Amino acid sequence: MSILDLILDAGFLAAAIRLTVPLLLGTMGEMICERSGVLNLGIEGMMLAGAFMGFVAAAATGSLWLAVFAAVLLGALLGFVMAILVVHLRIDQTAAGIGMTMTITGLVYFAYRLVFADNVVPHIESFKTIPIPLLSAIPFIGDALFNQYALTYLAYVLVPLLAVFLARTPSGLALRTVGENPLAAAGSGIDVIRTRTTALVVAGGLAALAGAYLNLAVFGSFTFGIISGRGWICLALVVLGRWNPVGCAAAALLFGGVDAFQLRMQTSGISQIPFSVFIALPYIATLIAMIFSSRRALAPENLMKPYDPEER
Amino acid sequence: METGERSVRLHLVLRDPSAGRDWLASGIAVVASMAITGVLILLADANPVTGFVIMFKAAFVGKIAITETLARAAPILLTGLAAIVALRVRFWNIGAEGQLLVGAMAAAFVGTIAQLPAMLLVPAMILAAMLAGGLAAAFPALLKNRFRVNEVVSTLMLNFIIANMVTALLSGPWRDPVSGWPDSPDILAGAEWPTYWRGTNLHLGVVLAVIAAVAVAVLLRRTTFGLMMDVVGDNPVAASHARIDVRRTVLISALLSGALAGLAGAGEVGGIQYQAMISISSGYGYAGLIVAMLARLSPLAAVPAAIFLASLMTGSDEMSRQLGVPSFLADAVQGIALLAVLIASQFARYRIVVYWGSRSSAR
Repeated sequence: MSILDLILDAGFLAAAIRLTVPLLLGTMGEMICERSGVLNLGIEGMMLAGAFMGFVAAAATGSLWLAVFAAVLLGALLGFVMAILVVHLRIDQTAAGIGMTMTITGLVYFAYRLVFADNVVPHIESFKTIPIPLLSAIPFIGDALFNQYALTYLAYVLVPLLAVFLARTPSGLALRTVGENPLAAAGSGIDVIRTRTTALVVAGGLAALAGAYLNLAVFGSFTFGIISGRGWICLALVVLGRWNPVGCAAAALLFGGVDAFQLRMQTSGISQIPFSVFIALPYIATLIAMIFSSRRALAPENLMKPYDPEER
Repeated sequence: METGERSVRLHLVLRDPSAGRDWLASGIAVVASMAITGVLILLADANPVTGFVIMFKAAFVGKIAITETLARAAPILLTGLAAIVALRVRFWNIGAEGQLLVGAMAAAFVGTIAQLPAMLLVPAMILAAMLAGGLAAAFPALLKNRFRVNEVVSTLMLNFIIANMVTALLSGPWRDPVSGWPDSPDILAGAEWPTYWRGTNLHLGVVLAVIAAVAVAVLLRRTTFGLMMDVVGDNPVAASHARIDVRRTVLISALLSGALAGLAGAGEVGGIQYQAMISISSGYGYAGLIVAMLARLSPLAAVPAAIFLASLMTGSDEMSRQLGVPSFLADAVQGIALLAVLIASQFARYRIVVYWGSRSSAR
């Protein structure tokens, strides 16, 4: 078995898509709130909270969709908490984001130990794939792309929807203006505070959905390292995807592939190169992308700058 | 009123600066995080009073307890100082975790060089670790100066790049040949740092951390460079008008910041583990940010702040053993302490009025 054999089969493509979806969902959320001017470093914690909430709710109710709903609700709530801190109280976004991730991570693990104190972690029946008629019959790619989970199809639809939203709708324009120039936005009657708050609520919901997807669809259970930096990767992917939905989706697909590849290398045992080098790839690519894109000012002009309504 | 929608809004009015009120904010944050600790203990079906007694004893009562707390406080103090030095010039170095790790690797590497004269081993480890950590922080500072690369993202990315490279090294070419675990080989006996109290972990690194705190305090308060750092941090535009080389000041501060974090890594290798391992930091890098915030960027106040966080760790470990309260308590409370101090500081800086209404009706 060679490295090529690992990639050149339909199973690999399917695995890559499966692992792209959480990155895609998280990245879309992060992109939205960055376009409004807020860097959400709480994303890693919000993903973990979503994964945990989804798992607990699924184990308790037996309903996967109820679990998804509960996870998204919790994520949205956490996004709102982040908004109170950085938008309303104007606390520094870096410090608040790190604080959010630390707090949520600590609380989730603490709660996990309490809820499953006897170390009996329930098994949950994870999502089944739904083949799309005709499309899933396409040779090679059909099964990988169109025999997926409902949440995967949702993620497919989300990208063009967001692209249209940002580029073609008044609300999308408002969101972008708030991130580029909040004073001008306020001058033309846009509620900057409300826009940023909404963006963070959406970002939190999407991050939690990404986390819930990981255990309700991919892994089927909750483990300590379930997020293992995927939230931070989303931060990187927003930079790599240049803050636009299609670019971010492409970046997410690329690193979903890398993720699937390194998982396969780990299990196949043929690795010549330590797999941790591969895990580092998205971060290295992001650093390089930041160096090359810095002069073109791709980032929203007011990213990480608190907005003071009284300032003129 | 454009839309007629009404919602809750906060009105932030700048207060006159008051050092007393700022310190009160840190105090309130500590009290608030202890109160939440109590609630969490209660949630874990244990008695908070018993819990606090156990935590206090485990952290401060007896020779082993107090030295263990101090040994844990040392790396947190150093990463706290690293954060303070960087934040003074508004360089958001959140890469202390990675800088600590490269420092540990450099110290572990130098500590295995048998050709070095024994008396030079320990100083060489310290220098190598500070240099490695310093360079790891200077790199994102250079990227910021040259290419305006945002240091929050770049230092965060570097944490993961470094952690994965170190994992690759430790699980491959530099794996401990004796144990076979993904740890570095043990350092030489002569490279082990001296301890100052027999049977305890009170090692050279603890002393160095305190010296570093005093040194940073002197640097910030008594030197021209310290003054320049403050001017750059307050207002980079005014600083360049005053002919201060802003980029150079940021670069040197970052170098210093990384060196302090690297020193923390050297202490863990030389004083505790006697080898480098991927788990050597256990979150000390991020704890440094909490120290910096609690200490309001004052290097001397960082000492009690670091001891507070360290006692939380040693205390919750013991409480976990005795009462079964999950030791993740310490992680949660650290995060809560950070959020609490950020919120309290904002209330110290501003008079915050809550009102109902749309934005335009406020004016």
